[in-house]
Amino acid sequence: MDVLDIARWQFGITTVYHFLMVPLTIGLGILLVVLHTMWVRTDNPEWLRLTRFWGKIYLINFVLGVATGLVQEFQFGLAWSEYSRFVGDVFGSLLALEALLAFFLESTFLGLWIFGWGRIPKKVHLAALWAAVIGSVVSAYFIIAANAWMQHPVGVVADDTTGRPVQMDFLAVLTNNTALAAFSHTIVASLMVAGALLVGVGLYHLRKRKLAGRSAEDVDHRVWHRSVRIGGWVSLAAFVLVALTGDWQGKLMYQQQPLKMSSAEALCETEAPASFSIFAWNKLGSNECDDVHSITVPGLLSFLAHNDFSSEVPGVNQLQEEYSEVYGATYPDDPSRFGNLAGEPIDYQPVLAVTYWSFRLMIGMGAVSAGVAGYALWSTRRGRIPTSRIGVYGSLLAVGAPFVANAAGWIFTEMGRQPFVVVPNPDVAVDEQIWFFTAQAVSPGVTAGEVWTSLIALTLVYGLLAVIEVGLLTRFIRAGITAGDTSPTPVGTGPDDDRREGPDGDAGGAGEDGRERRRPDDDVLQFAY
Amino acid sequence: MDLQTLWFAAVAVLWTGFLLLEGFDFGVAALLPVLGRTPADRHLMLRSIGPLWDGNEVWLITAAGAVFAAFPGWYATWLPALYLPFVLVLLGLIVRAVAFEWRHQSHDARWDSSWTHVITAGSLIAALGVGAALATTTLGLPIDADGIRVGGSLAGVGWTALLGAAAVGAFSVVHGALFLALKTDGDIRLRARAFALRWAPVAALPLLAWALIVHLRYGTPVTAVLWAIAALAVLVTWVRIRVDREGQAFAGWAVMLVSSAATIFGAAYPVVVPSTIDAAFDVTIADASVSDYTLTIMTWVAAVGLPVVLGYQAWTYWVFRKRLTAEPQHEDAPAAGTAPAPGEVPA
Repeated sequence: MDVLDIARWQFGITTVYHFLMVPLTIGLGILLVVLHTMWVRTDNPEWLRLTRFWGKIYLINFVLGVATGLVQEFQFGLAWSEYSRFVGDVFGSLLALEALLAFFLESTFLGLWIFGWGRIPKKVHLAALWAAVIGSVVSAYFIIAANAWMQHPVGVVADDTTGRPVQMDFLAVLTNNTALAAFSHTIVASLMVAGALLVGVGLYHLRKRKLAGRSAEDVDHRVWHRSVRIGGWVSLAAFVLVALTGDWQGKLMYQQQPLKMSSAEALCETEAPASFSIFAWNKLGSNECDDVHSITVPGLLSFLAHNDFSSEVPGVNQLQEEYSEVYGATYPDDPSRFGNLAGEPIDYQPVLAVTYWSFRLMIGMGAVSAGVAGYALWSTRRGRIPTSRIGVYGSLLAVGAPFVANAAGWIFTEMGRQPFVVVPNPDVAVDEQIWFFTAQAVSPGVTAGEVWTSLIALTLVYGLLAVIEVGLLTRFIRAGITAGDTSPTPVGTGPDDDRREGPDGDAGGAGEDGRERRRPDDDVLQFAY
Repeated sequence: MDLQTLWFAAVAVLWTGFLLLEGFDFGVAALLPVLGRTPADRHLMLRSIGPLWDGNEVWLITAAGAVFAAFPGWYATWLPALYLPFVLVLLGLIVRAVAFEWRHQSHDARWDSSWTHVITAGSLIAALGVGAALATTTLGLPIDADGIRVGGSLAGVGWTALLGAAAVGAFSVVHGALFLALKTDGDIRLRARAFALRWAPVAALPLLAWALIVHLRYGTPVTAVLWAIAALAVLVTWVRIRVDREGQAFAGWAVMLVSSAATIFGAAYPVVVPSTIDAAFDVTIADASVSDYTLTIMTWVAAVGLPVVLGYQAWTYWVFRKRLTAEPQHEDAPAAGTAPAPGEVPA
């Protein structure tokens, strides 16, 4: 492999990995704000337990997201320096603003939240969590606006001498319709991740407690039951919103990146009305569209693209030809900028198998998650507890489904954009368009050995950290609420549970000096440090 | 002042802020095996930086982001030229970050001490690496006319990189000791004070040397004055720590860093990456900068955003302003349910 391929693998691996943590941080953060707010408003110990249990999961996961996010920022400069030079006038400022306006908020106030239990007034402590989570959501907006600009570059003109984009309208970059659609889609997809986790873990504990014959009256039981109910409803509501925002994105994509969407459908020939493919198969190893055969639903694709059942949808073959005509049939013969690809023909069609199946995997896993949420809500209606091994362990397994869906969605949208890294904006006249090929984005001075070294080192470290994170989360989730929270002893027995309930209920409270003096520090220790 | 100069200054301020803040948490982490004799000591040391390190690290993200945003030509020259050293820094920062949060997820002495070592190692790697990177971007990298590195992977790592690594590493260690003297009470405070007293004069040397070299190469009378202030600040630090005035010593050491950084960036201006091959290949702010429109937007956002950030970050420092003391009670906590902490070796 040459530098370009290794650098792409590195970007893909590190980004997909980073985006395993991020949606959980965003989704669980939003739910945590609700849980903590409910506790402050009601003083009900159930909400406190919910806040602290899910809060600890949130923190274990949060830090890995932060740590791996560093690589994301730096690798634009390290491995993609020509890209950084090209897009610098727009892209860099979005990253800098993300750091200034979002990351500071997020990390400063999260530190305050972790260490603030019992040290600062209850409401200020709650406000700290609000600020941190708002920081996460704002950071998502900036980074998605940056990504959306690559998919649909707006607010810029080409510089006469360098050909690079020069920013003319910052507001247009921030209100890019591609960014608004992708941001809303990402946020609700993050809520699906959090919802699935609450459902899976809650059902697991409810079943375990019921089989062990433990009381359905104590706080632990109510906490798990409430986790399932909240998680289930959040998942279902988020699924509806995911579908709506996804539809919005799909329609924009048909205008802005028709080749990506036609590749997602393996639609070879232009059709009117166009049919939606359910399942496709092709000649092994072939990326020729004409080798693909599929089972289809007539007219549905026209609806997805244009909201009616008859409009024409352009096929891959026609689009390929159009792109070749406008953007060139071969890469410019300039090895200093295009490396091995200089003078080679340009394949405007993304890898069909990837776009087609990642698109279906995304939708399918989202649907699985919604189905599990429906099952969870049904099986826990009016205080019922499911004991079905398949149902409960299936739900636990399905915690992974929205993670897979998120990863598949990003793989689809990023690989579907190839061979461009900055896709030409079709709303702009062709001679004023800006585009940049992935092949010319890579750092020219960096050697394959260097990128191999970093790819291997990062993959190994990431792999190791993933094992530890999953191990920590599993152990903590298994231990459950009581053992995982303020008691350093192993899983408590019945009477122990009851004893713990009292002091725990007001552990974070600001009042009651005498007994409190010792507790806040203990709490901090148990909670984070 | 034109916008490019303003943003060069902003970038310099951000890097200085990063060194000033993250410097002490790097230092505390590096001192864990030196000053922390018992698990309780080390726990106390970590608790002193616990609520602060993550906010401090955002200064690095913002500094790097500002380089990218204002001077993509600098970003795209500097980072790939030092590809492997930067990757090493990232790995150090990654393992250090997770170690901070994961260390306490198990009440097992071995688990705890392993992560403590990871924090020390990761912090040291990051401090040395950032120092090397900053020194080479002010003292020179082997780049050609297109800003592309000439030579092998480590062509940029020469004596300048080593000097920078030593400068930031040594600064951070004493900075950490002064921070501990200021923030804790008990044995650690005394040990940290003694450490700072002994090492401050030596630890300032590489940073002062780096600043002096940049000044001698490109400096102005202003940078000469700044350098003299930095040298004087070392003396102030040493004198104040001798009479146990930790706050003043900490401030003196901070002034040393700020004036050294001001000397370095002030003298290097307007060059952002000097070429060791030919001065004609130097990358300047004018070569590397984005459009005035983008700089204007960022100026407005930063003018509003930065004071707010400084305000709430200062406020969290104020919330956690209390001196920390070791809690003997905590030492027992991990032992509950498991064997007595085996990490406790007789002194």
